[in-house]
Amino acid sequence: MKTTTAQNPSRRKFLKNSAALMSGLVIGFYLPMKNGRVFAAEEHPKQIYPPNAFIRIAADDSITVIVNKSEMGQGVYTSLPMLIAEELEADWNRIRVESAPVAAVYNHTGFGMQLTGGSSSIPSSWEQLRRVGASARILLIRAAAQQWGVPESECHAASSWVIHTKSGNKSSYGALADAAAKLPLPETVELKSPKDFKLIGKSIKRLDTPEKINGSAQFGLDVYLPGMLTVLIARSPVFGGKVKSFNDTEARKLPGVQGIYQVPTGIAVAATGFWPAKTARDLLEIEWDEGPGAALSTPKMRAEYLELAKKPGLVARNDGDAVQGFKQAHKSISAEYEVPYLAHAAMEPLNVVVDLNTDHCTIWTGTQAQTMDRASAAKTAGLKPEQVEIHTTFLGGGFGRRANPRSDFVIEAVQVAKVIGKPVKIVWTREDDTRGGNYRPMWADHIEAAIAKDGKPLAWKHTIVGQSIIADTPFEAFMVRNGIDATSVEGAATLPYVIPNLQVELHSPKNAVPVQWWRSVGHSHTAFVVETMIDELAHLAGKDPVAYRLGILPAASRYRGVLQLAAKNAGWGKKKLPANHAYGVAVHQSFDSYVAEIAEVSLGNGKIRVHRVVAAVDCGMVINPDGVRQQIEGAIVYGLSAALHGAITLENDRVVQSNFHDYVPLRFSEMPQIEVHIVESSEHPTGIGEPGTPPIAPAVANAVFKLTGKRLRRMPFDQETLA
Amino acid sequence: MISFKINGKATKVDVDPNTPLLWVIRDHLQLTGTKYGCGMAQCGACTVHLDGRAIRSCVTPVSLASGKQVTTIEGLAETTLGKTVQAAWQEVDVPQCGYCQSGQIMSATALLKENPHPSEAQISAAMDGNLCRCGTYNSIRSAILKAAEHQGGAK
Ligand code: FES
Ligand code: FES
Repeated sequence: MKTTTAQNPSRRKFLKNSAALMSGLVIGFYLPMKNGRVFAAEEHPKQIYPPNAFIRIAADDSITVIVNKSEMGQGVYTSLPMLIAEELEADWNRIRVESAPVAAVYNHTGFGMQLTGGSSSIPSSWEQLRRVGASARILLIRAAAQQWGVPESECHAASSWVIHTKSGNKSSYGALADAAAKLPLPETVELKSPKDFKLIGKSIKRLDTPEKINGSAQFGLDVYLPGMLTVLIARSPVFGGKVKSFNDTEARKLPGVQGIYQVPTGIAVAATGFWPAKTARDLLEIEWDEGPGAALSTPKMRAEYLELAKKPGLVARNDGDAVQGFKQAHKSISAEYEVPYLAHAAMEPLNVVVDLNTDHCTIWTGTQAQTMDRASAAKTAGLKPEQVEIHTTFLGGGFGRRANPRSDFVIEAVQVAKVIGKPVKIVWTREDDTRGGNYRPMWADHIEAAIAKDGKPLAWKHTIVGQSIIADTPFEAFMVRNGIDATSVEGAATLPYVIPNLQVELHSPKNAVPVQWWRSVGHSHTAFVVETMIDELAHLAGKDPVAYRLGILPAASRYRGVLQLAAKNAGWGKKKLPANHAYGVAVHQSFDSYVAEIAEVSLGNGKIRVHRVVAAVDCGMVINPDGVRQQIEGAIVYGLSAALHGAITLENDRVVQSNFHDYVPLRFSEMPQIEVHIVESSEHPTGIGEPGTPPIAPAVANAVFKLTGKRLRRMPFDQETLA
Repeated sequence: MISFKINGKATKVDVDPNTPLLWVIRDHLQLTGTKYGCGMAQCGACTVHLDGRAIRSCVTPVSLASGKQVTTIEGLAETTLGKTVQAAWQEVDVPQCGYCQSGQIMSATALLKENPHPSEAQISAAMDGNLCRCGTYNSIRSAILKAAEHQGGAK
């Protein structure tokens, strides 16, 4: 188990920095580091947690598990209760789930605050929640043994009963719960051996499915309070712009409009419902102070980025001597890559409900970052964090957007509530959501690579250009080292192939477009770049892409297992594909999980058609195989949407795209068949929400090369192929 | 006043007749199972049945519902077919975040009503207007095929 101590100097620095940033609101973050990235494993794995914070057993034997992670589709309302139920020996059919309030006991074991992200829910709860379940089981057995006057060692638990076989005594958990709750916490807790698992490792149906198919699941947008007003905000069309003047005469005349207010982010229209608020907002005349105006436009930025990519940057990795390496090259190659800004575009647009009183603030929203949001809301409202209550609803997709390190949507909502003085629901339209910034950064890359006579890579120089996601956030002190944001170079500086002379450099230009983590963060771009370049090297060496990769991966590398498993199941090199179909492969590690994907692709009318994807994943021990399949499928669809269609572009400082007609997700008719194969493993479980995304774009690009001889080096591919 | 039936119940609302049916369903009747995703007939999250046919309620003025029957996800289980589709969804365990699923189920039910045994191509065509950012399309296809099978068995 990897741990870091609280004396970690970077932690102290972090606390200092975050205190400064948040004006005295110190939140007890501690962010252990691994390879410069926030490491999601548990800080104090052997800690005993009070089970009653996580488990409530009622007299009727129903068991409520309080889940401290946000359910955004990734299945934590099922997989996390499984960890508890396994050790608790609970009757799975009686498990219910409740979302946790904000409290220190619910902090992420690695991040030291309540946060759902970094594909870390399972890895960071694996020890903790099993220990919670085991502690409760021990106390229930103890309570029963005391009542019966028999030794604990003669009792056992099964399916929510404590049983004393000798006497035939039996008591249900519901009957024992009160007595157990009065006992002191056990001092030591032993966990089951994996061979005794009854739930872990089985495909268990999601607990949230029934309410998600009958319409009763409550998302943020579904919260209605008595007297609540619906608020739409007209925000600046350019990032950082301010209202100069506005005319709301016509807007105020509309029935249902209750008030129009200037707020820090723009003009807020409050009405009895969405429709009057929306129609009134359309009638506003606003003059904006756009500030200096950087005249940001995508073509210009692309040219600047590509220029920068040829210049020396900060060094993120430097093995051997790249200059010397290139001198000895047998063959070499260089290429430029580009990927655009991307919006998260969760199906549920952002929204927040706030009920603010003089000494209390209640917030309902689908957030991934409760502790940060609570601190920000408190500061905005002039309250203490304890006076702010957050109800985490279901999230209609998160993908990182709902963990905003600046708490953008929550702060704005509290600002509005302060002005209006009534319960408010702030609704972002799809257009607001698409144009609201906080995008996956746009990137440009330059790679020069060389192979030796034997075809193996000899030298590799990769220069990356793109905004830092972490700069100017409370995470900066931890995740930016010597000017290098670990998330900017992840997947590139961590290239697994044996390359004696390897250099990775970074430029982090700044501009007014807010950027944020997007499913798989830096990997969403680096995997595309490095895995297509490796494919080029295989071609240059005249080798099969799978064999080539296996030839240059270290012997014990876990990349190998997934690559071989995917190749085997796809029939790589063996299966006869239909005419004009080709396979492309890519393999990548992110969030400590390894994924290989093989895409079967054809082209028709210049359009890329992905027929089938064979994925293999190694995420350590698997909690719920069907959950893993769902996440890999979803991650592939998410990555494929971006690879084929996704781009946010700017013209004259304004975002061009606005809704799903011009920011296009993958549709049903484009859906490939997907097979997910899981490597059997007894390793500590690792992330599963994101690792399926990075390999799909390079796998498809490599298949297109096979078909056409043309390298796709710019996303999205539909613009590239049409260009 | 505009009157219509929603999930079998007679309803009257006093709103601007141009108000999209979606916002009447959500803001006035507080049936929140029907979702807002795009407001421009691009995503299908707002799909409901108007006299049995799937429509995008975000672009349908409430005046068009006048005198008609509206069915939302909350009322779907009142028909055998609706129940069958929901059961198939449960069996396949389709939803991830769940936000698009009411719309998916409403579209799928309308499809199966018109075409009890759709081919894969027909499923694909009928479901193409329903986006799912979580990528549950393959599970949706399986669930529709299952529902078709179960429905066939019931006949
Ligand atoms: S909300 Fe109606 S189709 Fe998207
Ligand atoms: S289940 Fe999340 S959008 Fe479809």
